Amino acid sequence: MNKTLIEVSNLSRLYHVGDSDIAALNSVNLSIGKGEFVSIMGPSGSGKSTFMNVIGCLDTPTSGAYLLQGADVGCLSRDELSTIRNTTIGFVFQGFNLLARTTALENVELPLLYSGAPARQRREQALEALKIVGLEDRIDHQPNQLSGGQQQRVTIARAIVNKAPIILADEPTGNLDTKTSAEIMGLFVRLNSGSGITVILVTHEHDIAAYGKRLIRFLDGRIISDEKIQN
Amino acid sequence: MINIPVTIRISLRALKANKMRSALTMLGIVIGVGAVIAMLAIGAGARERVSAEIDSMGSNLLIVFSGSTSSGGARMGAGSEPTITLQDAEAIKRECPAVQDVGPSHSGTAQVVFGNQNWSTVVIGTTVSLLEIREWQIADGRPLTDQDDRSIAKVCVLGKTVVDNLFGAIDPIGKVVRIKRVPFTVIGVLGSKGQTMMGQDQDDIIYVPISTAQKKLFRPSFPGMIQFMMIKARGSEELDSAEEQINDLLHQRHRIGPHQENDFTVKNLTQMMQTAANIARIMTLLLGAIASISLLVGGIGIMNIMLVSVTERTREIGIRIAVGAKTWDIRLQFIIEAVTLSLIGGGIGIIFGQAGSITVAKLAGLPVIISPLSIAVAFGFSAAVGVFFGFYPAYKASLLNPIDALRYE
Repeated sequence: MNKTLIEVSNLSRLYHVGDSDIAALNSVNLSIGKGEFVSIMGPSGSGKSTFMNVIGCLDTPTSGAYLLQGADVGCLSRDELSTIRNTTIGFVFQGFNLLARTTALENVELPLLYSGAPARQRREQALEALKIVGLEDRIDHQPNQLSGGQQQRVTIARAIVNKAPIILADEPTGNLDTKTSAEIMGLFVRLNSGSGITVILVTHEHDIAAYGKRLIRFLDGRIISDEKIQN
Repeated sequence: MINIPVTIRISLRALKANKMRSALTMLGIVIGVGAVIAMLAIGAGARERVSAEIDSMGSNLLIVFSGSTSSGGARMGAGSEPTITLQDAEAIKRECPAVQDVGPSHSGTAQVVFGNQNWSTVVIGTTVSLLEIREWQIADGRPLTDQDDRSIAKVCVLGKTVVDNLFGAIDPIGKVVRIKRVPFTVIGVLGSKGQTMMGQDQDDIIYVPISTAQKKLFRPSFPGMIQFMMIKARGSEELDSAEEQINDLLHQRHRIGPHQENDFTVKNLTQMMQTAANIARIMTLLLGAIASISLLVGGIGIMNIMLVSVTERTREIGIRIAVGAKTWDIRLQFIIEAVTLSLIGGGIGIIFGQAGSITVAKLAGLPVIISPLSIAVAFGFSAAVGVFFGFYPAYKASLLNPIDALRYE
């Protein structure tokens, strides 16, 4: 199980604001193994979102090394990072970020479109992913015809459709009520324990973070605690 | 790897989502391409007409008019004073080596009567040479001959318009018409030459032997006087030397000193025609250029809308980049949108352009020629407009930072 999937060392990310540099991440060292379920907490501005962006290959570190599945991704080009996001990482956002006026099925097919899968395979994989999240009877609905929980399920289906080994979830329950949140979190737990997908979750809420197996706290761009969660 | 058919589908869907906007954007290209097609068609038609005119005129032509009269200080213009004669014409043919043939002419308008029909037309007295110089074929019967001229025969050759107006369905050959009450036997009918550039009907004409015209019809004040002669040079390179030789010879024959005014005018018809052809060509270019400007404006309209679209869809672009779209996936999506707009617009524009050209042809009586080349060029040009004006918005979209794009509201 504990094969290292993500390994960062001395990772820093600086932003230029006016004349000064602000360190959103300051020499972070961390390693996450395959199949882990990590919850990340911290106040606003603590660097947890920047950390997610760097881990998700949406942003590149200013200094330090980031090894993803043993390969250094710090020096890759924009398009190479796109390929990694496409095949390795599934995103689940707080605001869902689905394409409007596009059916659930087509939204889920989107990553496969850019990996060049043939039409038939796209459809099969997307249907399968929608079935996993329990939306097989809603495939032709557009986002505005779906509830918040359903939309978030579509997002999760999109994240797993390409068999990505990692899901990055940035406050996935932020816009949902308690009951729906519990359903969504149950889905993450199932994906983690059932399919062995590594889940990295950013949240504000303790009871949401408690679904994970490991809790990391950020403050001022540094990790201040890293502990196992006892269930 | 870029999946072109899928990218095309994504682009089409985006266009369909904003039907009104897409249609209005296309309208710019429709008008631009339509204008280019119509202008090129009208220009090509004008050029065709000029070159047909040049062909019907005959090649390598000079025309010599008799001089102008001055009466009380008012100069009356070329041809108003009969100062050149048949003898001048014969001398030119004999003595100017660059001249191939000379057709002396004396013309006037006259009322022509056949049966109970009558018609006013131009009657030209000339020799057999004129028709040869103008490369004018006889459609029926026979042409004038030197024998007709020597015997002052009362025979005539009719233009097609005259035949249509006087005879209708009757065969005119051998019939007798009265020109200024003098009976003439019709010996031939000319082939049709159509209109000149100025819209003058070249077939509304009657040819008679010049001797007959002078002695029986128009009776000029001095025998042998003619109004003009058509002269054919031996080749296009010899037009200038022919003009020079004719000038020298007529100066000599009319005893005109170096400081005296000429009593004749030599005009280079072929040169005039070529000038007209050049003007037509320049007009075509000018019209095309003006039409191209509207195509350009249409292209800017596309760019404008694409920029708006990129801003509006920032979040969509962010999502696509986040799930793995590469730079060219995004660029192609927007370029294809722009090209689709311009190509559909171009297609409709071609239809409108053709319809417009045909309408102009019908209403204004202008000849129009829609060449397949101009259609191909307009279509290619509108595709190029799409790529050109679509690239910048597409480029802008592809460089969006996905983190910012995902947060964009």
